[in-house]
Amino acid sequence: MIYLDNAATTKPCAEAVKAAAECAELCFGNPSSLHKMGIEAEKVLTGAKKVILQRLGKEGELYFTSGATESNNLAVFGAVNALKRRGNRIVTTAIEHPSVAEPMKRLREQGFEVAELKPCEHEDLEQAIIDAVDDKTILVSCMAVNNETGFIVDTKRVYNGVKKKSPKCVVHSDGVQGFCKVPISADLISISAHKIHGMKGVGALYKAKDTRLLPAVYGGGQQGGLRSGTEPVELIAAFGAAVRAYPENFTRFSELKEHLLKPLSELSGVTVNTKNSQNSVPNIVNFSVKGVRSEIMLHFLEERGIFVSSGSACSRGKVSTVLSALGFSAAEADSAIRVSFCRDNTKEEIDLLAEGISDGIKRFRR
Amino acid sequence: MEVIMAKYGEIALKGLNRSSFEDLLVRNVRRRLKPLGEFDITRRQSTIFIQPLSEDIDMDMAVKKVCSVFGIAAVQRSAVLPKDMDEIIRQGIPYLADALERAKSFKVEAKRSDKKFPLTSPQIQQALGIAIGEAYPDLEADMHSPELTVMVEIRDKAAYVNAEKLPAAGGMPVGSNGNALLLLSGGIDSPVAAFMMAKRGLRVDAVHFQSPPYTSERALMKVETLCEKLTEYCGDIRFYCVPFTEIQEALRDNCSGDYFTVIMRRLMLKIANRLCERGSYGALITGESVGQVASQTLAAISCTDKAAEYPVLRPLVGMDKKEIIEIARRIDTFETSILPYEDCCTVFTPKHPKTKPLLKDVLAEEEKFDFSPLIEKAIGGITVKDFKLG
Repeated sequence: MIYLDNAATTKPCAEAVKAAAECAELCFGNPSSLHKMGIEAEKVLTGAKKVILQRLGKEGELYFTSGATESNNLAVFGAVNALKRRGNRIVTTAIEHPSVAEPMKRLREQGFEVAELKPCEHEDLEQAIIDAVDDKTILVSCMAVNNETGFIVDTKRVYNGVKKKSPKCVVHSDGVQGFCKVPISADLISISAHKIHGMKGVGALYKAKDTRLLPAVYGGGQQGGLRSGTEPVELIAAFGAAVRAYPENFTRFSELKEHLLKPLSELSGVTVNTKNSQNSVPNIVNFSVKGVRSEIMLHFLEERGIFVSSGSACSRGKVSTVLSALGFSAAEADSAIRVSFCRDNTKEEIDLLAEGISDGIKRFRR
Repeated sequence: MEVIMAKYGEIALKGLNRSSFEDLLVRNVRRRLKPLGEFDITRRQSTIFIQPLSEDIDMDMAVKKVCSVFGIAAVQRSAVLPKDMDEIIRQGIPYLADALERAKSFKVEAKRSDKKFPLTSPQIQQALGIAIGEAYPDLEADMHSPELTVMVEIRDKAAYVNAEKLPAAGGMPVGSNGNALLLLSGGIDSPVAAFMMAKRGLRVDAVHFQSPPYTSERALMKVETLCEKLTEYCGDIRFYCVPFTEIQEALRDNCSGDYFTVIMRRLMLKIANRLCERGSYGALITGESVGQVASQTLAAISCTDKAAEYPVLRPLVGMDKKEIIEIARRIDTFETSILPYEDCCTVFTPKHPKTKPLLKDVLAEEEKFDFSPLIEKAIGGITVKDFKLG
């Protein structure tokens, strides 16, 4: 099996599995309990929190959630509900994950003015975001790395520019694909464990100290009342262990990417959509194979035990809005393949992938 | 004690075969109820009596299941009472309390198949009617269009009292009219077609054409889910999955794209013919409806029909999409059918297929390539899976 779909999810690393098992075995208390078992469980939370904040390079607060979808919902609705008396304008991009884009749709229905910027219409997306902010703008939400293509947004520029113009405007960044890979600047950052070899079912929302949020769920008042519910200590232990084990240096990804780009450049009708290493992460390569629909190539590679993703999970006749907002033509989007690496992938695996794509073209292109 | 009385519809007409039809229907009811617990199921006087053998059986669910068995025309849920007029009044009125409280007007109808019972039908009606009138003074007696009709049946073993006759599935018992093979694509129509023909007493098996890597594992899982859902109405289903990729590729490479769909459907029928021979199916079933898509114009249907060696039953032929969807929702296949996975019918489809193909042109196009070795190979590669009711 050659697994090259690490932007969808990753295999939990040995460290994470061990941490979860040990925690379940020895430290299964409820962190809210007053007794010793509760205190031990709470220590696990505090430990993981520290590691994650450190990797984010931040000093604020961290709230554990069920995953990045919840983090994004909490960030967007929580910030808007806390700030709606100050204004009703929100600025975001057209390439956000559905867990940001769908909440934005609801807010628009509720009467908020949502400006949605398309990278294909703005050469300098970061500047365009800053320019779109006015004194009525309460929230800017902009992902750090796009999940379908690996496209990087310079969140530091966005953050500094927005804050300079409107210090009270809250900046949120969906950091699911960016966490552990690029520096992220924002008041609110959503992250997920299972994209970095942790487990599914846990994520977190970073919040800068003086940013105000209203909760989305009410209950026992855990995590400062912002996110009630007993914390999944085992999953959080694994999250911390996964972050600790995640490498800080990406030469391996860059090597794998180079190794794939070379044979791709030799195939006719293959366009790499994330060539520029300046504005895309090294662990994601998105390319279009002219004349072969993504789904067919995906299943063909699957028959050889190679797992990749179609650029988007689009069904027939429905082209990904993200890819079109990034300037892809319908034909390119319909034939886009996303390959995403993890540290365990090898050059031999990439060779087999390249061979598979070449054979797929021979069989399917008409 | 309570009993479900299921009345049959059309099979009551079937002369000499009647007894075997009835046995089949009882068997079908028995299988359908099996997951709910133990029942005593007997038939007497054109009625199936279904009596739960334990207190904790979910009777609402049992009634629902019996109502969906083909061959049952109506269902009544009744109290079983002693054959004594005083007892019928004493126990019958509290049993009917819910219905009597809701209604504004009522009448009593009595049937006495046991002529030894001392009261005649009009006398029974009168006695119970007066008693109900006394217990519910606001309830009006109305002989012509009452809201509620209370039924009393005096039969051999007991008296039965009930207030509501529920309409049931109708049709004929599955298996009473032979076996047929359904061409199951995964869309909205074919499961509905299976339902309609099962209603006419056919036992239905299904054949599906799969084209990996053009179609995904999920498309197959979807079709299998549909089979599973259909067992609720059709009983056991044998599912044949035909590897179709090579045939479709050969078709794409050797024949004009304009004729792709019509020839593909002909090739499907040719494979289905062989399965009919092998599995002794008397007919094929498809979900086609005239004019729905290019392959379902009258001209296209007549071209595909010529490839069939068995009658092709098309129960949806005159239905609108809206009507088909309504049934699909009712039998709970709609949500599965609309899952967006590509099936073999939609890969390679030309942009502008011929809507009025002529048989001679189709045959000329089809003859450009000898499909028979590939057909043999596909038949050799068929996988079989059985889906059992319950």
